Amino acid sequence: MAYTAGVDVGSTQTKAIVINEARKIVGRALIDTGANVVLAAEQAFTQALGNANVQEEEVEYVVGTGYGRYRVTFGNTQVTEISCHGRGAVHMFPGTRTVIDMGGQDTKAIRVRPSGEIVDFCMNDKCAAGTGRFLGAASSALDIPLDELGPTALRAKRPVRISTTCTVFAESEVLSWLGKGKKIEDILQGVHQSIAARSIGLLRRVGIEEQITFTGGVARNIGMVEALQKGLGAKLNVSDDSHFIGALGASLFALDHILAGRTPAGMGRPS
Amino acid sequence: MILTAGIDVGSTYTKAVILDDNNAILGQALNSTGFKLAEAAQQAYDSALKNAGLCETDVSYVVATGFGRHLAPFSDAQVTDLTASARGAISLFPKTRTILDVGGQTMKATRIDEGARVKSFRLNDKCAAGTGAFLEKTARYMGFGTPEIGPLVATSKRQVPISGVCAVFAESEVINQLSLGSSPADIMHGAIASLVDRSVQLMKRIQMEPEFTLIGGILRFQTMARVVREHLQAEVNVPPENLVQFVNALGAAILARRRWQKLNLPAGEVAHSCTTRLAD
Repeated sequence: MAYTAGVDVGSTQTKAIVINEARKIVGRALIDTGANVVLAAEQAFTQALGNANVQEEEVEYVVGTGYGRYRVTFGNTQVTEISCHGRGAVHMFPGTRTVIDMGGQDTKAIRVRPSGEIVDFCMNDKCAAGTGRFLGAASSALDIPLDELGPTALRAKRPVRISTTCTVFAESEVLSWLGKGKKIEDILQGVHQSIAARSIGLLRRVGIEEQITFTGGVARNIGMVEALQKGLGAKLNVSDDSHFIGALGASLFALDHILAGRTPAGMGRPS
Repeated sequence: MILTAGIDVGSTYTKAVILDDNNAILGQALNSTGFKLAEAAQQAYDSALKNAGLCETDVSYVVATGFGRHLAPFSDAQVTDLTASARGAISLFPKTRTILDVGGQTMKATRIDEGARVKSFRLNDKCAAGTGAFLEKTARYMGFGTPEIGPLVATSKRQVPISGVCAVFAESEVINQLSLGSSPADIMHGAIASLVDRSVQLMKRIQMEPEFTLIGGILRFQTMARVVREHLQAEVNVPPENLVQFVNALGAAILARRRWQKLNLPAGEVAHSCTTRLAD
């Protein structure tokens, strides 16, 4: 049995996926990227191998993706995260035509063909507003762990309207709402709505076509899922493995490669 | 002797100035704004009075400015930061035609005429890149506090390119530069240069004209003025260090005196000016 792997080196977290020839996920790992990107990629890969109970030699091809994809020193090739998210999302939810990928530092709207090929995409790469960082800022301002933000926001009765665009200013706005005696859940709901509004703006620019699949680390946040669904007036596909979809796409590209038998002799993984 | 006060409730600091009718500053005070704006305004005013050895009843008229100007309940009137800065800058440098005000959370470029009337202005208030918050964040990513920015950057030998597109994304840039062995001083220098790039863009959009006067808390860092000077290839006016943050409060205090004088003109003169206006 041949295996392939995808390693997605994101700005905040690094994800690795090992799949078998039947395109089934056999191992996964998620670690914080930190400052040493090369090490993060290696560690994520090693952990995913351990999780899959697969030896490194059994993995025939590795594709790196994400902003640190060129630092996946053991990778055989690199594919952009846009292609990987498109591919991974369509694999997981075949009806996917639009992907919203929300990560730690950027948000991407991607429109795909039934094959997973990219039709168009749009991203905010110059400004942290509308990305996971906005949630990070709220989390530190309110001293609430990231994974409790969504559930807390869902308890809101009267959400506040966050008026600032910039993540830096939003942090002070959050504190000032707190100073005015607003409830934490109402403030957080406002934060989620503000991010959703910006992401929906991105989606509109590529054109929204159903089904819509929500990928990336922030897709694990139930509050964000709800805010997007409400704003879009449509259901989103969300998987428990949403944060692994880029790595999954990468491993699928790797499998394509070995199945097509395009690996020239001597171009195997360096030992 | 008529005494007036100007209170500038800024996004980061609140400043107060007590002025006599010869434009001499009798007292001044500065404190953090925080989230209770009314308290911050009162505190700055009280400290400035104390600094001047005066009490509230000695002051004839108080004008508030800054983003929290409507939350200074003891003020008699409010003016925008742009109007206040024009008046303050002209009083210090009478030939000022362009003002660049870089504060904690905003950057403003204003073009004025010889009568301190605002002709054109542009603000950067939606994005922290281009404001003091950008420098503050950059310093913090490297483990330095805001007061250390000035001394730190003074030791810089060269500047490291920092894109300055987003104060949040600057973190990755800073980490990247540190891992490449760049010194914090040079990174800080690069951050200031990117701030200057943004301010020059803003000044171009208002069709800047000399003389240039630079004000606001960020101008406490002398590197900022030096880089602006190099960038514009022109001389720039910078108020002395103890005044650079107080220009808007000073302007507000001057406007307070003008307002008070107008309100207290002898009855005949008021009537006269009304007739003139009607005749127009």
